[in-house]
Amino acid sequence: MIQATQVSWRSGTNPVIDGVSVTARPGRVLGLIGPNGSGKTTLLRLLYGALRSGTGRVAVDGDDLTTLPSREAARRLAVVVQETGGETALTVAELVLLGRGPHLNTFQRTGPADHRIAAECLTRVGAAHLGSRPFAGLSGGERQRVLIARALAQQATHLLLDEPTNHLDIRYQHEILRLVRDLGTCAVVVLHDLNLAARYCDDLVLLGQGGVAAAGTVAEVLDPAILETVYGIGIQRLDLDGAIHLLYHPHDQPAVQRSAA
Amino acid sequence: MTTTALPESRADLLGVAAQRRRTGIWLLALTVGLIVTGVIAVGSGAIGIPPITVARIIGHQLVGLPGQVTWTPAQEAIVWQVRLPRVLLGMLVGAGLAACGVALQAMVRNVLADPYLLGINSGASSGAAAAILFGAGAGFGQYALSSSAFLGALGASLLVFLIARSGGRVTSIRLLLSGVAVGYALYATTSFLIFASGSAEGARSVMFWLLGSLGLARWNVLLLVAAVVLGGMICYLTVVGRRLDVLAIGDETAQTLGVSPDRFRLRLLVLVSLSVGVLVSAAGSIGFVGLVVPHLARRIVGAPHVRVVPVAALLGAILLVWADVLARVLLAPQEIPIGIITALLGAPFLLVLIRRLHATGA
Repeated sequence: MIQATQVSWRSGTNPVIDGVSVTARPGRVLGLIGPNGSGKTTLLRLLYGALRSGTGRVAVDGDDLTTLPSREAARRLAVVVQETGGETALTVAELVLLGRGPHLNTFQRTGPADHRIAAECLTRVGAAHLGSRPFAGLSGGERQRVLIARALAQQATHLLLDEPTNHLDIRYQHEILRLVRDLGTCAVVVLHDLNLAARYCDDLVLLGQGGVAAAGTVAEVLDPAILETVYGIGIQRLDLDGAIHLLYHPHDQPAVQRSAA
Repeated sequence: MTTTALPESRADLLGVAAQRRRTGIWLLALTVGLIVTGVIAVGSGAIGIPPITVARIIGHQLVGLPGQVTWTPAQEAIVWQVRLPRVLLGMLVGAGLAACGVALQAMVRNVLADPYLLGINSGASSGAAAAILFGAGAGFGQYALSSSAFLGALGASLLVFLIARSGGRVTSIRLLLSGVAVGYALYATTSFLIFASGSAEGARSVMFWLLGSLGLARWNVLLLVAAVVLGGMICYLTVVGRRLDVLAIGDETAQTLGVSPDRFRLRLLVLVSLSVGVLVSAAGSIGFVGLVVPHLARRIVGAPHVRVVPVAALLGAILLVWADVLARVLLAPQEIPIGIITALLGAPFLLVLIRRLHATGA
């Protein structure tokens, strides 16, 4: 469980995140959604300690994140960031094996168990065939899957992902998010696509204007009345076969008119 | 080991074992190469001495190997007193430069980084120029030149660090820029010292030193210090190979994989500064080894630092000893500054590297 209480971050004098509290519960997928510049990535970085909030605190399974040694933090939080590391000359297998680092002491080298875990993780993201390829030579989507494999190889108790579906085609967008869901670990995902959030998250935090505009279960947060004010676009919600689907239309073009036309 | 192909490939899912075997073979081959290089290098020079004799003299001196003394006292003096310390210093300097280059390229994430990028050698050069031209550090006796070069190096790296740190964290780009700035300022200082002294003889000896030379090598404290510092640095870098890997990817990645980037970079900076200070005070500025050898090593054994560091160190040692042999024999009995040889060999390699960078669009 990750609990952030009253965390803040300012860029210059501009508050990006202002006194926000969120909780990621065990075994559930928490989605962070919101318009561009609403501070989704900043909030995620506060949650894994890349940014240190001046106020409040972040606790992972009850322990203050600032007091955790960095290796212990890496055993609890696996993160897929948007920094791609595209310049590295490592092969895919070597890169994924780095995920085992937090479990090894300084003088230990990776053993057969680590190799098996890394290979399994590559298979799970559909990248088993890429093992011996140089990471820098992969396409954007392949890289993203390999970075997710590295995070999985870390076998941390929490998984945090910053827009993991970037660069992925539709099939892998769904496969990766389903994979995250099926892991059953506590996960926090920054997502742009509200329909993906609707399908694969349990809880959502909607950010707007530096603060939390809404928080709760998916069904609660994806309320067109709330979303329309935050995103500034017309939204229609359909509940089909127990799943939520959102349709968008600009405000000057009401949905009813368009479907009538 | 005779196993069928299938269980073998299952046991080695990611090809790690195969890669480790390959690295082991390379390390063995390079070690043998280094020893052979050493024996040949000690034997060559104005007076040639056969490798067998060289090996016997060294064996006799080291472990008192029994056997007839088939060599002249002059040969023994040349091998033991003059050439062996020189070859050993060459190996240490080459290995040290290469390992520092590997660490710096990971640290600032730039393939063109080399040990002199941080302005440390410029500091050492200023110190050396002050010693040669104005007798600075005379209190250190025979170590006046080395000590004042080392103090210069230490001062420069402190300055670089303080500038890079002012106003926050020491990031790669700040380190790079402050290194370049301090380097230029100290380069100007050295030139000014040469200009102000008005001594043509002094200026020539500063120039010779600036271009690098192993000619100062003796059995003395300096050689011992170099062996301890550089050996320690190479061992440390090999042990923390995995941390160098993640640091080379990015600060954020390093942090999420359990490596605190700021603290680790600071530790590396101290270690590299110390090593470069020792290197430069023992042998002057020798360029291109630290820049070129890491790339060669990466081509041979791939990118993980746990393999790159030892391979680069061995390669650097071999290359520098050969460069020194060339420096001694090309215009014998005159000696060419070794920095000229390494630059002549290194520059074309750099051009190839630039072409390849361009080709891959990186």
